[in-house]
Amino acid sequence: MAANKKDLKVVGKPFRKVDARSKCVGQTKFADDVILPRMLFAKLLRSHVPHALIKSIDVSGALKLPGVIAVITGKDVPIPYGILPVSQDEHALCIDKVRFIGDPVAAVAAIDEDTAFDALDLIKVEYEPLDTIANVDEAIRKVEPRIQEYGDGGNIHKKVHLEFGDIAAGFAEADLIREDIFFYEGNTHLPMEQHAAVAQFDADDKLTLWSSTQTPHYVHRAMAKVLEMPPSHVRIIATPNGGGFGGKSDPFNHEIVVAKLAQVTGRPVKIALTREEVFYCHRGRHPVLMKVKTGVKKDGSITAMDFQSFLDGGAYGSYGVASTFYTGALQTVTYEIPRYRFRGLRAFTNKPPCGPKRGHGTPQPRYALEIHIDKIAEELGLDPAEMRLKHLVPPHSLTANYLRIGSMGLGACIDKVVEASDWKNKFRKLPYGRGIGLACGSYLSGAGLPIYWNSMPHSGVQLRLDRQGGVCVMCGSTDIGQGSDSILAYIVAEVLGIDPFDIRVVTADTDLTPVDLGSYSSRVTLMTGNAALQAAERARELLTTAVAEKLKVPASNIAFADRRAFDVENPDNGVTFAQAVQLAEAKYGTIGTVGSYTPPASAAKFKGGGVGPSPAYSYSAGVAEVNVDPETGIVIVERIWMAHDVGKSINPVLVMGQVEGSVYMGLGEALMEEMTYRANRNVVHKFPSLLEYKSPTTLEMCDVKTFLIEDPDPNGPYGAKEVGQGPLLPIPPVIANAVYDAVGVRVDEVPITPDKVLAAIRAKERGKDGRYGPSSVPNIDWPEPLRVATPDEGGDGKEVPRELVHARE
Amino acid sequence: MKAATVKKYRASWFTHESSGAFIPIALAGERGRLKKPVSSTRGRNRDECATKFMMRLPKFTYQVPRTVADAVRMIADAGPEGMFVAGGTDLYPNMKRRQQTPKFVISVMRLAEMHAITGDEKSGVIIGGSVTLTEICKNKTIQQVYPVVAQAAKLISTPLLRNMGTIGGNLLLDTRCNYYDQNYEWRKGINFCMKKDGDVCWVAPGSSKCWAVQSSDLAPVMVALDAKLKFVSIDGERVVRASDLYNNDGINYLNKRRDEMLTSIHLPPMNGLKATYHKLRRRGSFDFPVLGVAAAVKVANGGTIENARVVLGGVAPAPIEVGDAAAQLTGQPFNADRIAAAAEACYIKARPLDNTDFVMGWRKQMARPFTIQALKELWQLNKTE
Amino acid sequence: MQKAHIQFNVNGETAEVAFAPHKTLLEVLREDMGLTGTKHGCELGECGTCTVLVDGLPVLSCLMLGLDAEDREITTVEGMAEGGKLHPLQETFADLGAAQCGYCTPGFLLTAKELLKENPAPTRDEIREALAGNLCRCTGYIKIYEAVELAAARLRDEDVEVAAEVLYGCE
Repeated sequence: MAANKKDLKVVGKPFRKVDARSKCVGQTKFADDVILPRMLFAKLLRSHVPHALIKSIDVSGALKLPGVIAVITGKDVPIPYGILPVSQDEHALCIDKVRFIGDPVAAVAAIDEDTAFDALDLIKVEYEPLDTIANVDEAIRKVEPRIQEYGDGGNIHKKVHLEFGDIAAGFAEADLIREDIFFYEGNTHLPMEQHAAVAQFDADDKLTLWSSTQTPHYVHRAMAKVLEMPPSHVRIIATPNGGGFGGKSDPFNHEIVVAKLAQVTGRPVKIALTREEVFYCHRGRHPVLMKVKTGVKKDGSITAMDFQSFLDGGAYGSYGVASTFYTGALQTVTYEIPRYRFRGLRAFTNKPPCGPKRGHGTPQPRYALEIHIDKIAEELGLDPAEMRLKHLVPPHSLTANYLRIGSMGLGACIDKVVEASDWKNKFRKLPYGRGIGLACGSYLSGAGLPIYWNSMPHSGVQLRLDRQGGVCVMCGSTDIGQGSDSILAYIVAEVLGIDPFDIRVVTADTDLTPVDLGSYSSRVTLMTGNAALQAAERARELLTTAVAEKLKVPASNIAFADRRAFDVENPDNGVTFAQAVQLAEAKYGTIGTVGSYTPPASAAKFKGGGVGPSPAYSYSAGVAEVNVDPETGIVIVERIWMAHDVGKSINPVLVMGQVEGSVYMGLGEALMEEMTYRANRNVVHKFPSLLEYKSPTTLEMCDVKTFLIEDPDPNGPYGAKEVGQGPLLPIPPVIANAVYDAVGVRVDEVPITPDKVLAAIRAKERGKDGRYGPSSVPNIDWPEPLRVATPDEGGDGKEVPRELVHARE
Repeated sequence: MKAATVKKYRASWFTHESSGAFIPIALAGERGRLKKPVSSTRGRNRDECATKFMMRLPKFTYQVPRTVADAVRMIADAGPEGMFVAGGTDLYPNMKRRQQTPKFVISVMRLAEMHAITGDEKSGVIIGGSVTLTEICKNKTIQQVYPVVAQAAKLISTPLLRNMGTIGGNLLLDTRCNYYDQNYEWRKGINFCMKKDGDVCWVAPGSSKCWAVQSSDLAPVMVALDAKLKFVSIDGERVVRASDLYNNDGINYLNKRRDEMLTSIHLPPMNGLKATYHKLRRRGSFDFPVLGVAAAVKVANGGTIENARVVLGGVAPAPIEVGDAAAQLTGQPFNADRIAAAAEACYIKARPLDNTDFVMGWRKQMARPFTIQALKELWQLNKTE
Repeated sequence: MQKAHIQFNVNGETAEVAFAPHKTLLEVLREDMGLTGTKHGCELGECGTCTVLVDGLPVLSCLMLGLDAEDREITTVEGMAEGGKLHPLQETFADLGAAQCGYCTPGFLLTAKELLKENPAPTRDEIREALAGNLCRCTGYIKIYEAVELAAARLRDEDVEVAAEVLYGCE
């Protein structure tokens, strides 16, 4: 895909977003702003018990309430669904069983919200309580009752065991073997916009659903399945998301429920969730307990790594199988790890399901890894920045677990933050109570494989040019605030030499736009960008031929800029962009082009190898400077220097916005955000509210110095890689490492709250280990490993057949 | 595709409205499996109900009197179903969560006589009950004469809430608890608590009393300053010391009748008293105190502490005046030893439980450094003068 | 329940509205007046998303009764632009990336508008203090500060250039 080699006019420039002004004047229509004539309002009745069989549901009282139009229960929507083909374990309304406080059991449509609410009181549900499973330990211990009837036995959802290379030989070569245990508490996305959806059936039985979703394509699939409708009769429109962060990536109960209620009543139906319900939708960060064992040489080079993770998944599968693999996938893409073993377990518990949150499954192991590296560097007497720099994964290489690395700007990132923060003069040199730390990270620019197996493109763009000079870009991608609509406009404008604000962008409408898989896994800029680039280049080619004919110059002389097409050798000789379209339309007929993008084939051919491969990896490095009050344990983060290798900024202002936003969200996770439950009180969520779930305010947010590193990746449009998630990854470990530098204690558990810091300080003062964190992991019968020989060992990315493994042993 | 199913539902398309009245429609096929209707009473401890969510106010009658006399008459007429509302920042969230469901809500925001700040350094200052927290922060007299009041007011919640919330509302703030400040259905999930709809205090299940936490930032300050509060009801006026208003019980946390209106706060002349307030909370805004230390100290000529008062907020159902801390200071020179001794007394008295943000053990430990910080600040203030 | 008929002054225009008397100003604006520019994030006063100006002062419309808005001047985000011209804050928020998802934006804009009226040249810390009651999950607030600072300068009629650091990152 040849990028425009000439000076870029749009790409790389800090344009405002194409939808920014409408967001600043109140014009943007979010899902709850959709108002239709005769619209009804739906409310969900949710379980107040954590685990129970549903003995009976009586809706007769609700139906009698004036203003109630319809009531449905699980029997009206009996078909299961779920985001992953392997976890079709959700029902729009529970049928036989509820699995957490907040699981919906019935739904009401009424003339207004007040009436719908009152009606819920009149629905009688009889439950037969079951024993609860509150955490991973209990899930391992209690085989019965099972929360789900599938999985790897009892309340274990998934167990995986992967081994890349001769791990024992790797550890045998090591000068030092270190083991550490970490815990990363769960937390949630907390988008400011609560989920909402509106459904309408037209007179021909066709459904339109407006919903705040990041993945209209997957909602489309689930909806057609559950309502047993031809997908061609289902239209999903993702409204601009008022924040997503991964929390709106699953098909949700309420979306299916409003569609069903609209079908039943023949009227539009809206639902807007309360903040508390958003906590119950969750799909956020898994709580993960981790054990990492690494062998290193004296120079810090890693000889082998053995990583275990235990994920508390909540009551449903969601993306959990992928999340489990992700906790073991990206350890290998930063520092060279020649041999690697990963064991992961996900348990079902009676809590809202966990899923993908910004960084999906990778911030937890990154937290463990970056602190672990910091501890190893100290043990070896090496500067942690230098040790990292020495052993970086080379660009354009293949890791032990068969991830294909393209451009790799981590070294430049580390250099930048080390220099800017005056690291050399501060590290281990600041007075007691002040500290500095460093950590790195890497993330995918889009998952290399789709969620359901198919060989079609991951992203499609359609471009329509009209004879007035109008250009319309159509793409299934969803703008969740990251600016994906604008990226489409910038790239098309760049190629066609027009202004991005000349372009009409139509996105996230399954009737009008070609499929894009959705706004998850940081895939959108790379994948839709490539598709848009292809479509625009094809359109330009048509225009070029027509214009060249008209101007009687070779096609290779035609350039597009400033809303004109002209002869580069004689720029006055040209036509306006609208004239160029007219010439092309006269020559070819209506001008429309398409572009699509399919990621390169993965090098990983083994089972489970679908998680981790990506067309490109972004890299980031951060340095944090903190103040720790040794009397209270309170940590104040003063400043973070953050360098991010984005390949190429399509728009630097938007890239910075993603870096700063990631730092913010990482800071919240590092210091205060947590989804916690009272195991001894029916596993209730401790505080499902915006007041008690602590999201940092302006007063907690630190100063951020952002550095954009541009190491263009051949797979990215103009070289661009992701930025939406990667910069979050270094933040929790960078704070932990800085706290250690400040007061000499290790907090191996997120969030790093003052009580933990103070406990570690006090322990150290008493001559004990100055550490706060978990001390053991469960003993598990892991399945036989799936063995893959590494590229260095001459492997081909496939599983080593079992008989060969045994023969070698 | 089961076209028949869809068609069946379609039958109800045009039938659900008739002559403007809404008639509920059962789903096709639904009536057959409906059970005999059960009584719809919503009571506590009813397992057959499930959880629903609402962030709208329940229905109530709203009254906006223009004089105090009208207001107290209205509340008397309303009886036990009546409540006053000022800024609404405490009551309305509680109503939306169905913790409080008054049938009559009487606003005190349009009572002209309650919006004034009058007086001066010599005679003391009177603050009307409906003065907003923002107005207090910005008032020159308060800034100059009672900086601690402006300081504490500025630490309350957020700028937006301070534009709405009033001093009266803050002083009468409902006690707070993580088991109580939840919506009806969440509370049902734990079978309710004794403060509302239940029998047990989940914070201390063996306890016969409720341990919801006094969470006003101004309450400990008013106790430390020995402010007086004027209440009006149809029975007349009553003036009480701030320290006598609060009761160490999460349910009956105010020694005040429901029909009494807090019309004004009377700050006595400072006469050389210096005071400060230090607040512990997770974030620099929004959050209620999980520990507040209000300290007031007067140093006589010659450097001896003439009198002292240290009051802890956010650790019990009432502000806790730590007499032992005062005893460690009074008649003594102001120095680090005395401060440490007073802080130790506060540490002993602070007995927070696990019903707010943060770990309770740590909150208790924080009583020491927070008291030290507060007293050190006053020590410095006295030194520099 | 009988509806209340109230005359509102919203965005400089008088409107007569009928609504259930227990409705909040937020609900009345969105549901009875079609002014959906005002958003909601919690309905409990815990996020600042629903901020509107009442007599020029930013307050939370989720905790104010519609009835209390009678004879007060209400400004919502829809009323910030005047004479077809965006308010400088709206321009700078759009230009500098201060609105990512845009959901908290109306609340920030209105809070910032009052700040700049009271304090035409706020320091970074004063901006932080003033905006401490508005939560944003996208931006990390930094772009918002920069937008407020730029709008403040423009409102003071200062000819300012945006620093390269703001547009391209640090060198």
